[in-house]
Amino acid sequence: MTEALLAALIDRTAATIAAEAEALTGLDQAIGDGDHGLNLRRGFEAIAAERARLSAMAPADALHQAGMLLVMKVGGASGPLYGSLLMGMAKAAKAGGDLPAQLAEGVAQVQKRGKSDAGAKTMLDVLIPVLATLQTQAGRPRPELIRAIRQTADDAREATKPMLATRGRASFLGERSIGHYDPGATSSQLLIHAVCDVLAEQP
Amino acid sequence: MSGIVGLVIVSHSPEVARGTVDMVRQMVGDDVPCAACGGNPAGGLGTDVGQIQAAIRSVWSAAGVAILVDLGGAEMNAEMAIELLDDASRQLVRICQAPLVEGAILAAAEASGGASLAEVCASAEAWQAA
Repeated sequence: MTEALLAALIDRTAATIAAEAEALTGLDQAIGDGDHGLNLRRGFEAIAAERARLSAMAPADALHQAGMLLVMKVGGASGPLYGSLLMGMAKAAKAGGDLPAQLAEGVAQVQKRGKSDAGAKTMLDVLIPVLATLQTQAGRPRPELIRAIRQTADDAREATKPMLATRGRASFLGERSIGHYDPGATSSQLLIHAVCDVLAEQP
Repeated sequence: MSGIVGLVIVSHSPEVARGTVDMVRQMVGDDVPCAACGGNPAGGLGTDVGQIQAAIRSVWSAAGVAILVDLGGAEMNAEMAIELLDDASRQLVRICQAPLVEGAILAAAEASGGASLAEVCASAEAWQAA
């Protein structure tokens, strides 16, 4: 059952990034260096290529190995950032943490790696609110919780548009970064939806 | 601690990294081990953790290794490469907070005189204050 779940997560996240790579790169051309979608696609292709091996592992090991693949294959800042997210989640999973605890450790590792926090117009502006929803509403029935997480991710991504970027490449643009969606926040929103899609289909 | 500090030049562009090493060679000489790395794992602009790790190994010195980086992802990937080293090696590698080309030449000049890793980095980092 775990194996099927891991395989489904790999398939859905990789398909999402492949489908949205051009759009993400377009967002990144506006305020970054224009490689976000292509870099992430390379990373998720590497994970998909290891699907059989990864999905046979314990979830904590699969998360760690997937994180390492992103670190080694992406080639931009999103590799270490998403890699740290997954490796942080793996660390908490290994210690017996539940999903909120895993995401909390993953987000903490992204904050550390990126030397950043909420409000800088980055992926953290989606991940931190999603973590808060997961932590505060974990007791709700699964369909309601999934709906709340999707809504949080959408609202949080929307909220990055008027933000002034103070971290990442977009910060070089200063006030010209205002009015654009953040590419990292957008890829985080897309990946959260992909994970929600899979979890919603679970019996 | 002995020997000459090694340098690793990390740029998004392999040409920029190689050109920086060329400038170090001409302005400072061949005494300082100096490795260029640049380009993402697919050969485009970007940086590659595995390539940075290999570059660190190629200039490894008991005196340590100083890394010069250009923008954002280069620094983050260099930090990642350092974290993946074993505990003892990790203590001997540092990222210099300095402009790539100017920092590399100042670091190499300092290193060529047998300076410590801390002195090499301080020398490169002093450029911004100048």
